Amino acid sequence: MSHRSDLRSPVAPAAPAVRYEVATRAGRITAGAAVVACLALVALPLWGDAADARFVIEVICYIVLAQMWNLLAGYGGLVSIGQQGFVGLGAYAILVFAQHWGLNPFWSIPISGIVVALCAVPIAKLVMRLRGGYFAVGTWVVAEVMRISFSNLSVLGGGSGQSLTVMTQIERATRENVTYWIACALLIATIGGMYALLRSRFGLALMAVRDSEAAAESQGIDVTAMKFRVFVLAALGCGLVGALYYLSVLRVAPNASFDLNWVVVAIFIVVIGGIGTMEGPIVGAAVFFLLRWLLADYGSVYWIAMGVVAIAVMVLFPKGLWGMVRGRTGIDLFPLQMRLAVEAEPIAPRPAGDSLASSIRRESMPSAPFTASRSSGADS
Amino acid sequence: MIEWLDTVIQGVLLGGLYALFAIGLSVTYGVMRLVNIAHGDFIILAAYLALPLVGGLAWNPFAVIPAVAIVMFALGYTLQRTLLNRTLGPDILPPLLVTFGFSIVIQNGLREAFSSDSRSLPLGALETASLSLGDTIAVGWFPLIAFLVAVALVFALSFVLSRTNTGIALRATADDPATAALTGIRSAHVYGLAMAMSFTLVAVGGVFSGIRTTFTPESGPLSLLYSFEAVVIGGLGSLWGTFAGAVILGVAQAIGAKFDAGFGILTGHLVFLAVLLIRPNGLFAKTR
Repeated sequence: MSHRSDLRSPVAPAAPAVRYEVATRAGRITAGAAVVACLALVALPLWGDAADARFVIEVICYIVLAQMWNLLAGYGGLVSIGQQGFVGLGAYAILVFAQHWGLNPFWSIPISGIVVALCAVPIAKLVMRLRGGYFAVGTWVVAEVMRISFSNLSVLGGGSGQSLTVMTQIERATRENVTYWIACALLIATIGGMYALLRSRFGLALMAVRDSEAAAESQGIDVTAMKFRVFVLAALGCGLVGALYYLSVLRVAPNASFDLNWVVVAIFIVVIGGIGTMEGPIVGAAVFFLLRWLLADYGSVYWIAMGVVAIAVMVLFPKGLWGMVRGRTGIDLFPLQMRLAVEAEPIAPRPAGDSLASSIRRESMPSAPFTASRSSGADS
Repeated sequence: MIEWLDTVIQGVLLGGLYALFAIGLSVTYGVMRLVNIAHGDFIILAAYLALPLVGGLAWNPFAVIPAVAIVMFALGYTLQRTLLNRTLGPDILPPLLVTFGFSIVIQNGLREAFSSDSRSLPLGALETASLSLGDTIAVGWFPLIAFLVAVALVFALSFVLSRTNTGIALRATADDPATAALTGIRSAHVYGLAMAMSFTLVAVGGVFSGIRTTFTPESGPLSLLYSFEAVVIGGLGSLWGTFAGAVILGVAQAIGAKFDAGFGILTGHLVFLAVLLIRPNGLFAKTR
């Protein structure tokens, strides 16, 4: 160390420009592709028919659910088998607000989401007393309690449920297009919001919790509070999905709204795609809908195939398909890592005696960006 | 009053059946921190295994139990050694998700093989025979037998765990697998045995449950929830605590069902949530 400082000229060369960058080439390509995809998606009513729109709404609902489950299990370490509870609550919230109270059905979607998030607060306090696998089954019990309770509420149609007849007052094209655009907005908000969240201070803490709870705690992160927030946030997303989906299918019934399959599909999508990554749920959703399309005529065999694929992926590639791709290629479509970028060139006009120092300096600071903490670049 | 006593007795006997389910779950959790999400589906699988012998060959369901138990023992050991052992580690996610995959595969496999019609294992005259206690209370022979078998199996299991070499190896591995390995205990084999024991209890519970009520391929998850609730009500780490938890659950369900047939399951869930709220470590927890 001292040897190196001896070589420095009395007039220290200007410190190389130091900046931090998150963007990668893959990230820029993703951003460009995302803009194009969003435009194509939003314009679908211009080129597709109502059946296409309904299919896209379903895909969006599953991607959002999968992202929420990914947030819970992949980042928060909370494996829930009870997210269908929040989907069902969202469905019943929209039924109450739009049908029974006569609020604007479209505005009822965000209101329902918020109400579901509020309901999640006491539920979180209760189920978070359980750990690991017991937490998983505990959330499931809560969802079952909700299903049975709503089945017994005759005001809301009891076991057979009720239809959202208010929607017939809105002209069909308007109804379908607005619902569709709300779905698009939800997708964009979820992916954009997740990305912004993970880029934030909160996201950094969350990823620390994901990687090691003990280490995160030792750095002053309140792990319990983080998990609580993640649980409520995921409930918000699931509630929005429930409200949106049932506004598009127009009938709310307890057994369908609180169906375990909501969370089953979300889990499959995340596990197959790659848990704990932003890309995983999107890749997983593509695989899921592809498998569904291929095996649509086979009924139970299709579900057996999904189960076998999920078991195989979990045992052979625990990080999922995307984890495998990233492991081999290092591609990050949603770059989160903060990398130190140092510009070594140009060092051109220098006093003659300084050439050795500058060449050493050049070697010690590679021009290629590398991962580093903030402090390591600041001492020169 | 006497009516309520009758309800409570029925509930206690039902709890015996749940204890068989629940103890299987708590053994695997105790030994390797594995929560088997497919536990309930394996219970139903055992009932379906008995179905061709009882329905087709007209065997007595009780006589089928040993055969089903042996098959389930082998299945449990094999699944643990081939698949589940690979998923064990500090991360709880892989075993949960793999067993979750089992659950989906079993449910849909059974639906494919046996359709979604509800089935049952007929027991003949014994099904309705009862033992009169006094003038108004009658205890069914079958629920009584199920309860006594459950008690006997819990005694047998606690004997195995406390007195035999296998049991000592199980408990040592549960406490510290690394140190247990230093003394020559093969944890992979021990984990296999733990799962096999759990599956044996599941086999007995499954056949009894199939005699008691009708079942469909979709009945599994509910059995998982009962098992799990019994374990949490009783508190982790205690066999008789789990047994007591199962009995409390059975009584709660029986009392709930007395008000309205649809409220039995809900009452059980609510008692579970109440225990979670008041005594999160369970009523009879040994640890902490």
